[in-house]
Amino acid sequence: MAGLGFACLLLALAVCAYGICASIYGVRTGRVEFSESGRRGVYALACLLTVAFAVLEIAFLRNDFSFNTVADTSSRTTPTLYRAAAVWSSQEGSLLLWAWLLSMWASLALFLTRRRMRDIAAYATAILLGFAGFFVSLMIFYANPFKTTSPAPAEGVGLDPLLRFPTMMIHPPMLYSGYTLCTIPLAFGMGALLARRVDADWIRSIRRFAFAAWLALGVGILLGARWSYAELGWGGYWGWDAVENASLMPWLTGTAFLHSLMIQEKRGMLKVWNISLVLATGTLAIMGTFLVRSGVLNSIHAFGGATLGVPFVTLIGVLIGSSIYLVVSRRDMLRSEHRLDSLLSRESVFIANNVVLVGLCFVVFWGTYFPLISAALTGQEASVGPPWFDRYTVPLALILVLLSGIGPVIAWRRATLANARRNFIVPVGASLATLALLTGLGLAHKPLAIAMFCCAAFVFGSVGQEFYRGVRARRAMAGEAVPRALVALVRRNRRRYGGYIVHIGIAVLFVGVAASSSFQHASELGLSPGQSTRVGSYTLRYVRPTATITPRNDAAHTGSTMSLGAVIDVSRGGRHVATLTPSEGFYASQDPTQGSVGSLIGGQPVSHIANDSSFTRDVWTAIAPDMEAPALAKIVKAGNATLGPEDAIVAIGYLARAYLKNPPPAQFHFIVSPMVMWIWTGGLIVFGGGLIAIWPAPSTVRRRVTARSRARRARGMARA
Amino acid sequence: MLLISLALVALVVLIVSAPLRTRAAASGEEPGGRAANQREQREELEAEREAKYREIRDAELDFRTGKLSQEDYRAIDGALRTQALEILNRLDALEPAASPEPAESERREQSAPARLDG
Repeated sequence: MAGLGFACLLLALAVCAYGICASIYGVRTGRVEFSESGRRGVYALACLLTVAFAVLEIAFLRNDFSFNTVADTSSRTTPTLYRAAAVWSSQEGSLLLWAWLLSMWASLALFLTRRRMRDIAAYATAILLGFAGFFVSLMIFYANPFKTTSPAPAEGVGLDPLLRFPTMMIHPPMLYSGYTLCTIPLAFGMGALLARRVDADWIRSIRRFAFAAWLALGVGILLGARWSYAELGWGGYWGWDAVENASLMPWLTGTAFLHSLMIQEKRGMLKVWNISLVLATGTLAIMGTFLVRSGVLNSIHAFGGATLGVPFVTLIGVLIGSSIYLVVSRRDMLRSEHRLDSLLSRESVFIANNVVLVGLCFVVFWGTYFPLISAALTGQEASVGPPWFDRYTVPLALILVLLSGIGPVIAWRRATLANARRNFIVPVGASLATLALLTGLGLAHKPLAIAMFCCAAFVFGSVGQEFYRGVRARRAMAGEAVPRALVALVRRNRRRYGGYIVHIGIAVLFVGVAASSSFQHASELGLSPGQSTRVGSYTLRYVRPTATITPRNDAAHTGSTMSLGAVIDVSRGGRHVATLTPSEGFYASQDPTQGSVGSLIGGQPVSHIANDSSFTRDVWTAIAPDMEAPALAKIVKAGNATLGPEDAIVAIGYLARAYLKNPPPAQFHFIVSPMVMWIWTGGLIVFGGGLIAIWPAPSTVRRRVTARSRARRARGMARA
Repeated sequence: MLLISLALVALVVLIVSAPLRTRAAASGEEPGGRAANQREQREELEAEREAKYREIRDAELDFRTGKLSQEDYRAIDGALRTQALEILNRLDALEPAASPEPAESERREQSAPARLDG
């Protein structure tokens, strides 16, 4: 089986090499059959990598521990669903996932453009096969997912406990879909430059892929934030971690591109800007992959693969160099066809929005790579933390949200002052009303949060007004009832109204971020059973300890040997609100020096947080039991001295009972955060709006257009 | 496993060589010739036409939702319709598509006198 998988990789590399040569030969000589053959090479690549991926997936599902990657990241006790997802928990498997997703998206893009832009598509084919060949080569020469060991071990190491979380199953595929989809516009953009055809056609063709990349990256980022909040035990959802930032940067430039491409489509403007954004987004996606795969920066994600650093840096260098060369050498044909008609126009707002987004990306880039930059310049690695990022990103985020409310109420090309004044009344009114309300509630001591709430209210006001006026106009034209008019309005103008819904979602999300970070109450302290503490307006009382020994009782499939926790009673104003049961899982380690009992619980402990979530607030709890307490340490020591590995689980039972009978004080982390749910809800709204915007228009009815009807339509247009 | 690998090699060769074999079999024709170029031009013009119709609808929506004055709307709408007409004329100038299913190459014109209800 492993042989088949590796054979697929070798064949894939050969197909990549052939496809690159055939595509370039075909486009340079005009021999279309070779360009077609190159495109079919991408389809063949997709077939081969599908087989390779299936081989690895089957190995995981069948617990074939002769595969090194299966033995290193899975075990017989790993639940089936997590075993299926464990494929991409390793360096090798994730490289295969990346290459496979790239081949699938590339096949789709080239299939959809098979009858158009032959020359651009041929160059794009060569570039996409180049990327695929790069990743396949990494697998063949550096990180082979089909490496085997004989004899196979009887059991695997098991999945990292931190990854035993539902969103972790989908987070990497979504993120990698985003990264690989980012390479599609990059390839077509480079193809357009190479073919010297930089009109709007290539932009129109890749718009959906750029949107899909943006959507997939956004979902991946949000799932990662959710995992961080619900699993990592620090109570936050965004820590400006290097790998988090790596996925945010292409998302920011991708957002800028989605807006400015509309300007190029309509007005033939911003060609240099757009092509630069496309190339930057694709390059940032590769750099993001580099950050995760190379371990060059410290991150919770660091897979650590120093050997991959050099190839990646080489690829990134080639990308940056060739991008700059192509844009500079083709600058004459990238001149704008029109000029900006008016500063008071949607084009101006989009340009301002682009500047802010690129500025945000620059801030994140500088902060993320600062350790490398400082090491290169001074010889010492220095880093910047969340306060530095917040200082620069928060003001920019405020401007961004405000602009997302201004854009919808301003017309394309030019808006008159009178119209603009009329259109701003409702949004400004909503904003001022929000300010008055929040000031009245005594929240003025958090000016940045208030500013964000007011900007969000502006967005709600402007988008709500757009929907209201659109429905009213539709009803005036078609006489439909409100619900039907609304559906028809959105259906006929998916890009516009889907985009408006995305703006609403972003505003909701930022409201959640502002509220949860500015008005949070947190406490870290030690408590014994019966003791309580106050966090914000909530009282949290440690009722009693809990202990479970797995695998007898592992309903959550944590894979831990033992879980120790607590029952926490949450009340407010004397009224019971919730009962929470945080715990900490103790896992087996591979270190024999810890003794027979010690090694059953000596692995990295993982916090299983307990959270009571509502639309207005989250009450979040985590516990760290004290395993160094003398009574517990004595049991472990005695067990190590007297029990062999087969009987060591007996001592775990004693340990659990001792913890229940006489629990030592445990360290608790309590957080009460308002409106965290708004973050996830905002994300869902963004996703929904994005789907609406990207959905194809209703399938057109195909009928023969007669010469007479054409003439009639032509006369109709000429009348204008 | 060897058989499967050989089958995969055969499949790959079959897939990537298909255009080359087709070219060799129809050696009298120019696959990159006029028909293919015409089809490509038609599809590009049709995409351009749909984009222009979308702009016309956008302009009307801007007018009806109070973002454009009547004067500005008339000017912009006129310019867009003129551009759309040019695209239609260029489409007409192409030779009719010679596909076995003529309806495949033609689409219903979307609200050319753009209305919100299409």
